[in-house]
Amino acid sequence: MLDGRGSIRRRSGARLWLSAVWLTLFVLAALLAPWISPHDPLAQDLMLGRLPPAWVAGAEPGYWLGTDSLGRDVLSRIIHGARIALVVALIAGTATCLLGSALGMVAGFYRGWADRLISRLVDIWMAFPPVLFAILLIAVLGTGLTSVILAIVIIDWTRFCRVVRAETLNQSKMDYVHSAKVAGFTRLRTLATEILPNVLPTIIALLTLEMGIAVIVEAILSFVNLSISTDQPTWGGMIAEGRTSIHQAWWVLVFPLVALFLTVLSFAQFGDGLRERFDPVLR
Amino acid sequence: MSGFLEIRGLSARLAGTGQRLLRSVDISLPAGCVRGLVGESGAGKSMIGKAVLGVLPKAVEIIEGEILLDGQDLQKVSPAERRRLIGAKAALIPQDPLTALNPSRRIGPQITDRLVDILGWTKARATTRALEVLAEVSIPEPERIMRLYPHELSGGMRQRILIASAFAAEPKLIVADEPTTALDVTVQKQILKLISELQARHGTALLFVTHDLGVVSKVCDTLSVLYAGKVVEDTTVERFFAAPQHGYSSALLAATPRHTDPSSSLKPVPHEVLETVAAEIAASDAAWRPNGGARG
Ligand SMILES: Nc1ncnc2c1ncn2[C@@H]1O[C@H](COP(=O)(O)OP(=O)(O)OP(=O)(O)O)[C@@H](O)[C@H]1O
Ligand SMILES: [Mg+2]
Repeated sequence: MLDGRGSIRRRSGARLWLSAVWLTLFVLAALLAPWISPHDPLAQDLMLGRLPPAWVAGAEPGYWLGTDSLGRDVLSRIIHGARIALVVALIAGTATCLLGSALGMVAGFYRGWADRLISRLVDIWMAFPPVLFAILLIAVLGTGLTSVILAIVIIDWTRFCRVVRAETLNQSKMDYVHSAKVAGFTRLRTLATEILPNVLPTIIALLTLEMGIAVIVEAILSFVNLSISTDQPTWGGMIAEGRTSIHQAWWVLVFPLVALFLTVLSFAQFGDGLRERFDPVLR
Repeated sequence: MSGFLEIRGLSARLAGTGQRLLRSVDISLPAGCVRGLVGESGAGKSMIGKAVLGVLPKAVEIIEGEILLDGQDLQKVSPAERRRLIGAKAALIPQDPLTALNPSRRIGPQITDRLVDILGWTKARATTRALEVLAEVSIPEPERIMRLYPHELSGGMRQRILIASAFAAEPKLIVADEPTTALDVTVQKQILKLISELQARHGTALLFVTHDLGVVSKVCDTLSVLYAGKVVEDTTVERFFAAPQHGYSSALLAATPRHTDPSSSLKPVPHEVLETVAAEIAASDAAWRPNGGARG
C-alpha cells in the first residue's frame, strides 16, 4: 500500500530497527567487555604508541582501531567505556524520569498549591546553566559514579516535569476524565488508569532521550576530568585525551566520538519509534 | 409530589469575579420523565448538568439552594459520599464522542471498569452486562468491539458506546449534554431515537441539555427555558409549543427554523425581548441578598 500511514510506518520501523541494533551492540559490549575486548584497556606499551587503525598503512594486526599515545588499544577502551555509559544511562535516566514525571503529573493533575510550588521550582531550576550547575555540584559532592548520576538527576528532572505537566494538563481537560469523575473514580485512580496511559508514550520517548543525554553529560564531565576516576576508561575521558594528539593520531579522538554520537542518536530514535509503537492513536 | 431529581433555589457564581451563573434555579424531574434544558449559549445549561453530577469547575461556587437526588441533598453529604451516590444513581452522556472515550484504552474496560470498581460487580457479570447494552444500542459484534480502541470506530459508533456505557449500570438519572451536536445530521436522528427508546424502556429520568427546540419536541416531556442562569419558563412540551408564556420563549420559538418550511431561516431574538428579560433579571438580582454577604 502506498497510503500516507503505510509509508510513515515503514520509515519509523527502519529507524526503530537500526537504533535497536546499535543499542543491542552497545549493551552487549558493556556486559561482555572483559571477554570480548581484544586487549587490556589499561595496558600501556610505549613501543606501540599511536598505531593507526587496521586499514591505514603502518597498522599492527590485532589493534583494529589503533592505539593512543600510551599504546593502549582504542577498541578495547571504547568497549570498556560502554560500561560506564550504560550504567549512567540506565540509572540516571530512570531516576530522572521517575522524579520528573511524578512531579509533573501531580502538578498537572492536582493543580492548586502543588502545581504552583512545583512550577516555581522548575522556573528557578531552569535559570541555572545546566553544565555549570553540574560542575558545581560535582565540586561539592566529589567525583565518582554516584555523584555523576546524582548530578544528572538533580539537573534534568525539570525536562520531564515540564513536558509531563503540560501533557497531563492537556489530558485532564478531556471529557473522558470528566466521565471518570462522574462515574465516581477517585482522583488517584483517574490519574493512574486514565491519564497515565495517555502520557506514557511521551514519558517513554523522553526517557530514552534522557538516557542519551545522560551519556553526553557523563562524557562532558569526563572531558573536564570531573567524572569517574581516570584509570577507568570512559568515552568522555578518551575524547579529552584524543584532543591533545588530534594531528598525530585522529583515531584516538574520532572513534569514541562516533560511539558516543551513535549511542545518543540511537536512544533518541529508539524512543521516537517506541512511542509510535506504543501510542494506539499513532499506531 | 417530589421528583427523582429536585433542584431548589440553586444559585451559583464565579468565585473570582462574583459573576452570577445560576439564579435561584428550580427544576423537578420525576422518575422516568424527560426534561429539556434549553437556552442560548452561555445560559447555564451545562452548568446545571454539572452541578447535578457533582463536577462543577473549581471556579464555580454554589451559594445557596439544594440538589436532591433520590431525596438526598448532595450539598449536605461528604464529597466521598456524594461521589458514591452520583456514581451509583446517575450517569452522563457527553457531547463529544471524540474526547469522551479514553484513546489509550480498549472499549471493553472503559464500560466495565465502573461496574466492577464502583458498584462491586464481578468481572464476568460486568462483561455480560456490557455485551448486553452494546447489543441494545445495535453495535454489531460487541465481543470484537470491546477489544478495539476508540480511534478504530466512527463518531456515531462511539456515541452509541457512550450511550451503552451510560445505561450499563441501570442509573435512575441520565444527564445528556448536547449528545448529538458533534455528529452528522443523519446520525443525529438515529442517536436521538436510540436515547429516547432506551430511556423509555429502562424508565430512566433524563435531563436533556440542548439548544435545538426541534429535538426538544421529539424527546422531552417538560422543559425549562434558561436565560442568563435563570429559568424564565418551566412548562410542558405541549403547552410550550402551543402557547409559550414568556416573551423570551416565544422569541426563541419564533427564532427556530421550522423543519416543515425549508425557506425559513434562523432569526435572532428581538432586541426588545432581550431588554425585558435583562430588566427582569436585574430586578430579581436587586431583591436578592446572599445570606450573610452584602453585595455592592
Ligand atoms: N470553567 C468555567 N469557569 C468559569 N466560567 C465558566 C466555566 N464554564 C462555564 N463558565 C461560564 O458559565 C456560564 C454558563 O456556561 P454553560 O457552559 O453552562 O453554558 P451553556 O448554556 O451550556 O452554553 P452552551 O450552549 O454554549 O454549551 C457562561 O457564562 C460561561 O462563560
Ligand atoms: Mg453547554
